[in-house]
Amino acid sequence: MTGHPTSERPQPLIVGAGPAGIRAAEALVAAGLRPLVVDEAPACGGQIYRQRLAPDGRSSRDLYGSEAAKAETLHRDFAALDGKLDYWPQALLWNLRDGRADIMIEGTSRQVAYDGLLLATGATDRTLPLPGWTLPGVFTLGGAQIALKSQGCAIGSKVVFLGSGPLLYLVAWQYMKAGAKVAAVLDTAPFAAKFNLLRGLPLFPGIVLRGMRMTAELKLAGIALHYGVGDVRIEGASKVEAIAWRQDGLEHRLTCDGIGYGLALRSETQLADLAGCRFAFNARDRAVLPERDAAGRTSVPGVYLAGDGAGIAGADAAERAGERVALALLQDRGLPHDAARAAALEAELARISRFREVLEAAFPFPAHWVRDIADATTLCRCEEITAGEVRAAINRFGVHELNRLKAVSRVGMGRCQGRICAAAAAELLAHEAGRGIEAVGRLRSQAPVKPVPLTLALTAQQEAAE
Amino acid sequence: MSRRLEVDVAIIGGGLVGSSAALALRGLGFSVALLDKGFCGAQASGVNYGGVRRQGRPIEQLPLSQRAHAVWPRLRALIGIDGEFLRSGHLKLARDEADMASLEAYAEAVAEQGLDLELIGHNGLRERFGWIGDGIVGASFCPGDGHANPRLVSTGFAAAARRAGVEVLENTAVEGVTRDGGGFALEAAGNLTLRSRFVVNSAGAWAAPFAESFGEPVPLSRIYPSMVVTEPMEPVMSVNIGMEGGGIYARQVERGNIVVGGERALPLNDPDLSRPRGDGAIAIMNNAAALFPGLRHAQAIRFWSGTEGAMPDKNPVIGPSETTHGLIHAFGFTGAGFQIAPGVGEVLAELVRDGETQTPIAAFSIGRFRETSARTDAGSGAGQNQEPQH
Ligand SMILES: Cc1cc2nc3c(=O)[nH]c(=O)nc-3n(C[C@H](O)[C@H](O)[C@H](O)COP(=O)(O)OP(=O)(O)OC[C@H]3O[C@@H](n4cnc5c(N)ncnc54)[C@H](O)[C@@H]3O)c2cc1C
Ligand SMILES: Cc1cc2nc3c(=O)[nH]c(=O)nc-3n(C[C@H](O)[C@H](O)[C@H](O)COP(=O)(O)OP(=O)(O)OC[C@H]3O[C@@H](n4cnc5c(N)ncnc54)[C@H](O)[C@@H]3O)c2cc1C
Repeated sequence: MTGHPTSERPQPLIVGAGPAGIRAAEALVAAGLRPLVVDEAPACGGQIYRQRLAPDGRSSRDLYGSEAAKAETLHRDFAALDGKLDYWPQALLWNLRDGRADIMIEGTSRQVAYDGLLLATGATDRTLPLPGWTLPGVFTLGGAQIALKSQGCAIGSKVVFLGSGPLLYLVAWQYMKAGAKVAAVLDTAPFAAKFNLLRGLPLFPGIVLRGMRMTAELKLAGIALHYGVGDVRIEGASKVEAIAWRQDGLEHRLTCDGIGYGLALRSETQLADLAGCRFAFNARDRAVLPERDAAGRTSVPGVYLAGDGAGIAGADAAERAGERVALALLQDRGLPHDAARAAALEAELARISRFREVLEAAFPFPAHWVRDIADATTLCRCEEITAGEVRAAINRFGVHELNRLKAVSRVGMGRCQGRICAAAAAELLAHEAGRGIEAVGRLRSQAPVKPVPLTLALTAQQEAAE
Repeated sequence: MSRRLEVDVAIIGGGLVGSSAALALRGLGFSVALLDKGFCGAQASGVNYGGVRRQGRPIEQLPLSQRAHAVWPRLRALIGIDGEFLRSGHLKLARDEADMASLEAYAEAVAEQGLDLELIGHNGLRERFGWIGDGIVGASFCPGDGHANPRLVSTGFAAAARRAGVEVLENTAVEGVTRDGGGFALEAAGNLTLRSRFVVNSAGAWAAPFAESFGEPVPLSRIYPSMVVTEPMEPVMSVNIGMEGGGIYARQVERGNIVVGGERALPLNDPDLSRPRGDGAIAIMNNAAALFPGLRHAQAIRFWSGTEGAMPDKNPVIGPSETTHGLIHAFGFTGAGFQIAPGVGEVLAELVRDGETQTPIAAFSIGRFRETSARTDAGSGAGQNQEPQH
């Protein structure tokens, strides 16, 4: 094995410079440690507080709306740590093994030994396959938002937003504010589900009221909001031309040239898997997630989790979880840490978690969609496998476990390693095999967590060590 | 809850060896139970590189390998799928004159074995395989060899065995085997007790404790070959590529991805699990990009490895136990069991039915380790009543 001739104690390594990673870094620096922060994005901020690629005249208010102050604070606080930590942007952590991380920067791979690994890898959109969902012009809600935030452009001249979750309304509202033409918002949940939000009022009145205000503003702007939307089909020859759906037993159809689609979020858990963390099924997220205690410790000593990568909880929770888990790392090293602060953070996280229950009830995941997915619909886009081919593989080989399904059908074997299709594949497998979703397992992760070039170069230091 | 089952043959291990034996035995009319501690075909047999090659094997393996060679084109009739088996040919490259000389020597040694090897010089290579980069002086081509999809083939054999009436018991680890009257008693996970007249020990890298419990210790070790796969590419690589003296091996699958093997992975804390080392994977990738200029802009999308049982002389153990009637071993394929497994399955079925086979397997006898690892098991009754030691 390659050795690193380091005399100093290795640094704690933080993966992700989103709200969770930034607050964790800040707490470690405050305690006198010097963490290394890596993020594949060119600038800090993570998903929600992503920065634009170049100044384009838009203000924070334009970009982040009601969250502008939080975004500015976070960016500023991270900038203030300059010199007290090491920060590698555009650095993809693609493999973890034996206490070392393989990190790609500009086509070169460096191996970094770490002492304490803090994973703050965030989340991406969750989707289920639909007829036409692979047509150009269909974006995830996150993709639609990135187009707006970092490039300042809309995904179409007449856009429909489809899905479930608070982001559906948020992104639609951001598009409206940016002056884009939003044709409609199609919510997969019935209107009645929204009454659940009232239960959230005592917990977070500000957030609930802001949501209501956004909905009202969308309506005022003449944007149609449809609830209980099902049997959705996206139509078009070579790109999106229209969207059709059923609602209250009636057929609807709307022409459009861009669709933003998402069914809430799913955690990025591959690195926790490579780090050897134990996983367990989480009913609220309908996903198998790395186990952690209230502070964010995993089953592997020295490996910590914070933010949406450990389970969906939103940006405010991510900031608190990042700080909380950093305190745990300090405590585990026998360093002074503020126990009262840790307790307060945990209490806030528990409150946010109760609010999550409310949001799940108000924006339920339409898991039942998979029952009716047409055989011809593409399920795994990387490997171009249809739902029918997946069903046939399940039945021919008699499989009832997700990795076995991957082995015999290629589902999840492509570029994205199942990030996009695994949720749908698991739902379909559970349904076809007559099992609960919790009984079909999860796709094991393999390095590289994202594709790397074959010509990836090893750093000179490593070559010398060999 | 405890369960009892009685069969003619109990097979420990549902890899390609165990499941092809199960299918063949069923074809001869035996009742069979196929037990696997996990899922059938999920270990070496399902995660290997997929090389279906005779070329390069030790000469004593060739009769068995030829027998398997006859099975591969019949997969569709046998298991209902072709397993993406492609008789593409296998091209073994020589990097220098010394390598070329050993390819020539091999071709001469196996001239009577029906491999139809063709030696190709530098210019011939340029003409026929222009996608191979510089630095190769010549090659040996075996036109009848090829490659297949291990994930489908191995799972397919187990599924076909199940359809043929084999009792396939997955997630059912065998915890102990003992002699019991005229047959065997197996204790397995989930409180399963199984009685059988014959036991086939095809537990792959995990087979040694079963042999040892019958007084036959074997020097079985583990290897973990490293694999890398690229995103799908235009069809370029028309043959399965190997290299004299090791290095890398590569093939292009039906879908277009290029699978490249080489180097060795390392086990994780749990020695049943392994993963390629980052630097090892990079070495494979760089070697592939150097050897195949068409891959210079390709991306690797996944690495993996698998747990394989290896013997010091690189030959498997195949044949009846020398201590215990009714026990038959088949393990230790040392990185090359995928191609021959379907032939091994047929041989195992014959050993059960006839006590012998026409295919020469003497070189694979477990007795060859009797001297080297002799162990006096005082008073153990040749280990007949011992539990396997895990
Ligand atoms: C479209 C959309 C809108 C949202 N709107 C809201 C909202 O209004 N309110 C709200 O509370 N939440 C919102 N969220 C959720 C919010 O983005 C997350 O809750 C928050 O960003 C989580 O913070 P985090 O630090 O856990 O992860 P993130 O902010 O996602 O940061 C993770 C970082 O890790 C990096 N990373 C991951 N893997 C690697 C790797 N292998 N190597 C290197 N770097 C890596 C990523 O580049 C990323 O920068 C939204 C999410 C989306 C997708
Ligand atoms: C990465 C890799 C690449 C390879 N490439 C090639 C190649 O290109 N060409 C080639 O010919 N060969 C190749 N091989 C070798 C080939 O895969 C193996 O030799 C072959 O699959 C061995 O088959 P098997 O059935 O003996 O073992 P396995 O497939 O490992 O099956 C053994 C089974 O026994 C089960 N088992 C173990 N203990 C117990 C127990 N106590 N109770 C019940 N079940 C048990 C296991 O779960 C396992 O399923 C490769 C191997 C690896 C790992």
